[in-house]
Amino acid sequence: MELVCPAGTPASLRAAVDAGAHAVYCGFADETNARNFPGLNFSRPELAEGVAYAHARGAKVLVAINTFPRAGEQALWHRAVADAHAAGADAVILADLGLIAHAAQAHPGLRLHLSVQAAAANPDAINFYAQTFGIRRVVLPRVLSVEEIAAITREIDIETEVFVFGGLCVMAEGRCSLSSYATGLSPNMNGVCSPASHVAYAEVAGQQEARLGGFLIHRTPKGAPAPYPTLCKGCFTSDDGRGNRQTGHIFEDPASLDATQLIPALQKAGVRALKIEGRQRSRAYVAQVVRAFRAAVEAADRGEPMPEGLLAKLTEGQAATTGAYAKTWR
Amino acid sequence: MTDPRPLPPLLSRLPPPPFAPRMLGLALTALLRRIAAQKPAILSRLGPYQAARFLIDVTDGPVLLLMEPQARRITAHRRGKAPAHDAAITGRLSAFLAMLHGVEDGDALFFSGALEIAGDTSAVLALRNALDDAELDLTAELAALAGRFGAWLRSASALAARQSGYALSREEALP
Repeated sequence: MELVCPAGTPASLRAAVDAGAHAVYCGFADETNARNFPGLNFSRPELAEGVAYAHARGAKVLVAINTFPRAGEQALWHRAVADAHAAGADAVILADLGLIAHAAQAHPGLRLHLSVQAAAANPDAINFYAQTFGIRRVVLPRVLSVEEIAAITREIDIETEVFVFGGLCVMAEGRCSLSSYATGLSPNMNGVCSPASHVAYAEVAGQQEARLGGFLIHRTPKGAPAPYPTLCKGCFTSDDGRGNRQTGHIFEDPASLDATQLIPALQKAGVRALKIEGRQRSRAYVAQVVRAFRAAVEAADRGEPMPEGLLAKLTEGQAATTGAYAKTWR
Repeated sequence: MTDPRPLPPLLSRLPPPPFAPRMLGLALTALLRRIAAQKPAILSRLGPYQAARFLIDVTDGPVLLLMEPQARRITAHRRGKAPAHDAAITGRLSAFLAMLHGVEDGDALFFSGALEIAGDTSAVLALRNALDDAELDLTAELAALAGRFGAWLRSASALAARQSGYALSREEALP
């Protein structure tokens, strides 16, 4: 199976390749990709250098252009596809129907992957993208069980890629409006879930408070494990309907996906590529996670048991889950 | 390598000698100017946040540091007299060094509570990303500044890293 690894900077790209990534995915430093954070991502020359570095070592580079262009401003997204093609990218990862149609028409030699942001979660949707636009690989949303993935791969003719590690998003991908509700900006349109410009941390009475767009979303004891400042991982207090106050994680617990133990099952289900989330993370994270998963993939190929618990301290909230792959929802 | 322990508590409790903050500030400013000249990509990644003032609170250290990238200046300030700033990062020296040298992930240090941030979150994020991409090696930079004492400094740093567990150079990050 192919290991697809994140890179938010040229240093991370080199770290991923050196640690054994078969492919690295990255994006331009603008709103055309879903990790549009300050100080992150690639300039055009940096991408070309990154592609040369990866190709010299037998690795591929996939460019995520996976936000949804705003009406009248498609030129920014069209230019990103053209520049990725010119830089020698092995594929572009797209979500928007209009942008996919443009890429298929204007860049017939460019390999197209369907982003998780497109939320194509059934054979009909995936086959439509494949037959209409020549999509070669679909990144499946993180809402499917292993059995459902196996059923899908039996009914499609293109490659499948699934997330195996990192930040977990349980919403129908590309459809979440929580960040928009709180800040006016979203991962779908602006490339940012919980934009840093709207996040505020403060120490209040010995506790660390995190606010997003003015909404208090976490209050943790100083020095205690803390999650990302996203609404979906927020801890809120509400009335339980019987006059009592209850406090808890309304949407989901602050835990990261770790599907290491499911790699053999995913392989059996026909999955072609395993994806690691985390373009916003450091080169230290990239190197450690890629090294661990490369070892796991090779162990799976040899039919050996999967290694356990190597990456716990890198996970959000320092807790891990197998998400929807194994249905154990509370 | 041993697990890094905090610096001795006395270091953060006792007032530093009168000229120490100024001397430390001058030394760190020289280091910052060298790094900015050698690795200009740090400043381009910082973008508009070059103008931000970053308060670095090394909790087991003797002083507070104010870094101003646009002015290419670092100044040291007595505890209890924090200068005006736009963003603050707080943590032990071992956490800062591990992040800077690519041994520990910044988000993981944040998740665990080892690092805390306040103020302009965008500025902190831009700084973290810019420094991470720069692949800094503080020992190498200081050795270059130290001229003929550079080789001695490298050896001393390697010995200190082994005995203290602190990530004093980028080599510590390699497998």
